[in-house]
Amino acid sequence: MSTDFATLVRDDRVLTPMYTDEAIFEEEMDRIFKSTWVWVAHASDVPAGNTFKTSWVGREPVIVTRDKQGKIHTLLNRCRHRAASVCEKRKGKASVFVCPYHGWSYDVDGTLRKVPHINGYGEGLDTADYSLVSLRTEEYNGMIFATFKDDIQPLVDFLGPAKKWIDLFMKQGGGYGVKTLGEHRFRFPGNWKIQLENTTDAYHFPIVHKTFLDSLDPEAENVFQVLAHGGWVEDLGNGHSVMVMIPDLIDLEENLDAPIPQRFEELAKELAAEGMPDEQVRRVVRAVGGSGFNLNLFPNVACSMAFFRVLRPIEVNETEIMHVAIGMDGGPDAANRMRLRLHEHFQGPMGFGTPDDAEGWERVQRGARAGQDLWIMVNRGVDAPEGVAAPGHNAGDVSAETGMRAAYQMWKRMMTA
Amino acid sequence: MSTIAEPLNRSEAAAAPSLQDAIQFVWAEADMLDRLDYKAWLPLWTENGRYIVPTERDVSDYDDRLNIVNDDAEMRQARVKRLLSGFSMSSAPPARTVRTVSRFVPVAVEDGAITLRAAMIMVEYKYERMRTMAADVVYRIVSTADGLKLDRKIVTLVNCDDYQHGIGYLL
Ligand code: FES
Ligand SMILES: [Fe+2]
Repeated sequence: MSTDFATLVRDDRVLTPMYTDEAIFEEEMDRIFKSTWVWVAHASDVPAGNTFKTSWVGREPVIVTRDKQGKIHTLLNRCRHRAASVCEKRKGKASVFVCPYHGWSYDVDGTLRKVPHINGYGEGLDTADYSLVSLRTEEYNGMIFATFKDDIQPLVDFLGPAKKWIDLFMKQGGGYGVKTLGEHRFRFPGNWKIQLENTTDAYHFPIVHKTFLDSLDPEAENVFQVLAHGGWVEDLGNGHSVMVMIPDLIDLEENLDAPIPQRFEELAKELAAEGMPDEQVRRVVRAVGGSGFNLNLFPNVACSMAFFRVLRPIEVNETEIMHVAIGMDGGPDAANRMRLRLHEHFQGPMGFGTPDDAEGWERVQRGARAGQDLWIMVNRGVDAPEGVAAPGHNAGDVSAETGMRAAYQMWKRMMTA
Repeated sequence: MSTIAEPLNRSEAAAAPSLQDAIQFVWAEADMLDRLDYKAWLPLWTENGRYIVPTERDVSDYDDRLNIVNDDAEMRQARVKRLLSGFSMSSAPPARTVRTVSRFVPVAVEDGAITLRAAMIMVEYKYERMRTMAADVVYRIVSTADGLKLDRKIVTLVNCDDYQHGIGYLL
């Protein structure tokens, strides 16, 4: 590889081929997606022993399983005989994965259990050598990550200061714990880093999402004026960052005495009518509204206000995104139903927000066909409000491009390692 | 027309729309959508009508699932306002669409209502690119003093549980 990756990224700008060059993309798949922690599932996707979910680490299909002891495994979805995929379901229950081609069967921890007509190998096949390839897998507060690398730092160290924000985000469980409720999947013809940038881009919100804002009641519209509440963007290290848009909604267990917003009044009444004590109603209702921040975890997942955003690079100019709806595990049906409706309102291929985001990102990719020698500017930002960010963290105002700069510095670190 | 329709309950069918009228209604709706005549589309609906685009096949209770669209009258109104506002980048202009609806099968005839299922094939075009989409669509159409009205429309895309691209128009 002849590209000097360091020259593509400066402190405040990146060069256009970052979006368009196939050779760079190939290197990214190797140096980033095969070399760090990649989000593969939420714990509630594999809720019990012998459950699974199919997922991806970069471009490689995997099966995330939970064995009977509760341990989670991430297995390459590829038979060790002649490569057939062993599972083509999204999620479900299975105590064994049987390859459809010649019938090799695998335990949920990947161990090769049985080979039909094994005597055809004479003495020559030691099944212990042919387990499904198992990736190192670690979990933090329900977020499951896998990596091809055995020698990188533990997940908790990789996350570092982001852990605090994951913990805050999970307060959306409203005391019940967080559970995935379904997902929207969509693709846009553009590079994965365009979406990565967007998760900490408050600057676009009032422009691109004007029609979403117009569809809200005045009180909610005010809440979603994300540039107006003294928020900030904070670099959390390792390419991670948080963008706080609504500081009042950082900790969902605080301010429970505040008046219930108009759009949640009906839900609050319904919960009270079911006999839920007032304090719990307030807690659940506040949780239903979601968090006031986006936590961007490099390279592929975000805890984004009220859902998980997961990106998957397909090609240099094609990216798949999942918006995973979440709710309360065992929480009131009415509350989870409202979560679903709120998710549908903004997210997904026909939401009031997502299609405009997707169109905007496509326009970036289309525009980037011109001027390969021009820079993508990520130099925006003034100081964060006094005292909001953790001491020692680099931070800017809510519309600062601080999070993008953090991600690109991590990109540079990994691509030149 | 298919002749292998599920058994019809004809006992209360007196005031139900005829199959032919229902099909004409569906075609008129499809034409409206291709022409972006959304203002005329809104009054096609009953007050409690539901417009649903699911993310899973074979679902019975859409309200407890995540959908692509699950609109009551208020959301339909808001959606149309958004699509026609000129401020939504994905719908100003949207992809051009041409759709056909056919393979009608009447699935139920009740008092004053007929439920059909049908196939929709649609091609969209934007930015040098054509995409084909296909869906099984269920329509519940009722007779009212005001003419035929749409009471339920469920558009189950053939790949509803897989990825889509952004859709800046109505299905
Ligand atoms: S490829 Fe799987 S058993 Fe042959
Ligand atoms: Fe956006």
